[in-house]
Amino acid sequence: MSLQNQSTATLTPEQKKAADSADKAKKKESDRRFKSLEMTMKRHHYQADALIEVLHKAQDTFGYLEEDVLRYVAQGLKLPLSRVYGVATFYHLFTLKPNGAHTCVVCLGTACHVKGGSQLLAELEDELGVKVGETAEDGSISLLGARCIGACGLAPAIVLDGAVCGKQSTDEAIDRIRGVLAQ
Amino acid sequence: MDITELRGIAEEERQRRRPIRVRCCTAAGCLSSSSGAVKNALQAAVEQANLEGSIEVCSVGCMSFCGRGPLVQVDPAGILYEEVKPEDAPSIIEAINGGTATAIEGDLGHPFWSRQQPIVLENSGRINPERIEDYIAVGGYEALHQVLTDMSPADVVEEVKKSGLRGRGGGGYPTGLKWATVAKMPPGQKYVVCNADEGDPGAFMDRSILESDPHRILEGMAIAGYAIGANHGFIYIRAEYPLAIKNLRKAIQQAKKYELLGSQVFQSGFDFKIDIRIGAGAFVCGEETALMNSIQGGRGNPRPRPPYPAASGLWGCPTLINNVETYANIAPIIRNGGDWYASIGTEDSKGTKVFALTGKINNTGLIEVPMGTTLRQIVEEMGGGVPDEGKIKAVQTGGPSGGCVPAELLDTPVEYGSLQKLGTIMGSGGMIVMDETTSMVEIARFYMEFCRGETCGKCVPCRTGTVQLYALLNKIMNGEATQADLDLLESLSYMVKEMSLCGLGQTAPNPVLSTLQYFKQEYLDLLKSPAELKSHPVATTQ
Repeated sequence: MSLQNQSTATLTPEQKKAADSADKAKKKESDRRFKSLEMTMKRHHYQADALIEVLHKAQDTFGYLEEDVLRYVAQGLKLPLSRVYGVATFYHLFTLKPNGAHTCVVCLGTACHVKGGSQLLAELEDELGVKVGETAEDGSISLLGARCIGACGLAPAIVLDGAVCGKQSTDEAIDRIRGVLAQ
Repeated sequence: MDITELRGIAEEERQRRRPIRVRCCTAAGCLSSSSGAVKNALQAAVEQANLEGSIEVCSVGCMSFCGRGPLVQVDPAGILYEEVKPEDAPSIIEAINGGTATAIEGDLGHPFWSRQQPIVLENSGRINPERIEDYIAVGGYEALHQVLTDMSPADVVEEVKKSGLRGRGGGGYPTGLKWATVAKMPPGQKYVVCNADEGDPGAFMDRSILESDPHRILEGMAIAGYAIGANHGFIYIRAEYPLAIKNLRKAIQQAKKYELLGSQVFQSGFDFKIDIRIGAGAFVCGEETALMNSIQGGRGNPRPRPPYPAASGLWGCPTLINNVETYANIAPIIRNGGDWYASIGTEDSKGTKVFALTGKINNTGLIEVPMGTTLRQIVEEMGGGVPDEGKIKAVQTGGPSGGCVPAELLDTPVEYGSLQKLGTIMGSGGMIVMDETTSMVEIARFYMEFCRGETCGKCVPCRTGTVQLYALLNKIMNGEATQADLDLLESLSYMVKEMSLCGLGQTAPNPVLSTLQYFKQEYLDLLKSPAELKSHPVATTQ
């Protein structure tokens, strides 16, 4: 904290002004997101039963479920924080950590596994230097595994930024990933 | 909405249609092989040739031959094109008037097609799932009208009982009996739930049905609601199926607009509404008590039964839970009668079953066959065997709850009973073919890794049992195990099977037990004697 104060103290007035307005914009953005979350809870009449729906909305809006958001939801739905945390950590699709700018999901369902999906994942781990479930240090990409995406006719499949790509060889998958990273 | 209006819509829709229809599959499988671009190219080609008056291009749901997508079919000529690229589009349109198409022409006489008997999938790939009018034009919502005007709730239950339909989610509980139990509960708030949490890896039947014919499910649920006295339904669907969710949402909106859902459906006293609940990625939520907890916004932990959901389900009210495919069978049963349905299939299992045929096989896709078809007919004739002249080693059914049927038992008919005798289950319909190169011990480990990750942690046998079983399988795979470990694997499997709280744990050891039964030599080959292990200690990898 003290470090930050020191650095602000050495800023010129113009720089300080710019930093302030950036902070304000950030706060405004965050307010807008909390507002939309509030709307969702209101639409569900602040019913505790709507917890999963509300968490889906929160994750869509914020990208992940940070502590502030979980507290906000708990308060809104009048639930103990433990219950909200319990649900948020129970389900695989909810994440408490921010994801990378891009996501690559490798399907690990049986059909994909039999056709080399697990091998593909191992090779992508080597190529990207991240383990499954982790995000690259520079935040560029998250590598995830899925239980089954239901595209078994196209095994092995990956989902790159939401788009399903079927019948992937390692080289093809790496080319695609390089493509989105270069954008 | 009344019946004349409904038939009016159907008539108008049939009039609107052009004599030649070019159907292009835009379900999730083909869509990811850019069938959207193919459809646009076909549309452009029709416009280019000035044939809009006689040819229409429609986007339809799953055409079931998923491994060869994108698929396009031209009717009424009945010509199927496979692996169509956008640049093939002009030639496909030219071929209608005598030209030659550059796309690969499929063989509709192949057993993959000729052995199928589509009931659940009768509209799939034929109608546009995003238009309720398309569904009405093929007789949609007529069955709902029929039950509301001509039948008492008891008649409906009786008809379903007569059909012999059994739960298609895997359990195989007689559907009519389940309906009768919920119907018998004292009047009051009751619920109808559709289990669309298709979690089995390697299964995508329900996704295809929901994407391709969502109104069929809504109609089936409404009929169920009338039969048991419920006015509210929930569809619990996994979040991994975005297109199915989108099509369902649209379908519900359209049905509401046409007053086929809502209050006083077909001007009767029957009210019915349907809400969608989206899962968040938990395999255990396919278990009915866990699913209900999840609908109520909680962790998907199962609870002991009884009380069964039929007595105490959602919010403590009597609740009917059926799988997607079960509801998809209801409208045809009402339309054609329970006796008609019961005439299909075998003594033990009536009707048809949809399977997702995948793995090391030439023809991948969805098939719907009458019960009693043998696994050999499905895998060798319809599936066309293993690519590159490989040999089939085993067929896996039932996902992580099922088992592997070895090649020598492929003449077994597909029935609830006969599959159970082999140590596997019908399951929801995933059928994965494995060839000689597949290690069965590795497959057992793969499923155990799955169950280890998906156990909810509520009961000890499942929570720690799956972890220990996985560790033992790993030890065997790494060549660090002795006969004693194999014995422990077997006895622990039975313990987890007997002692677990819900279906997940009770069936998790099935892949281990069935591979032990049929492929024990593969396990034995990996074992070491205690002396060997002592003289060549293996570096522990786990």
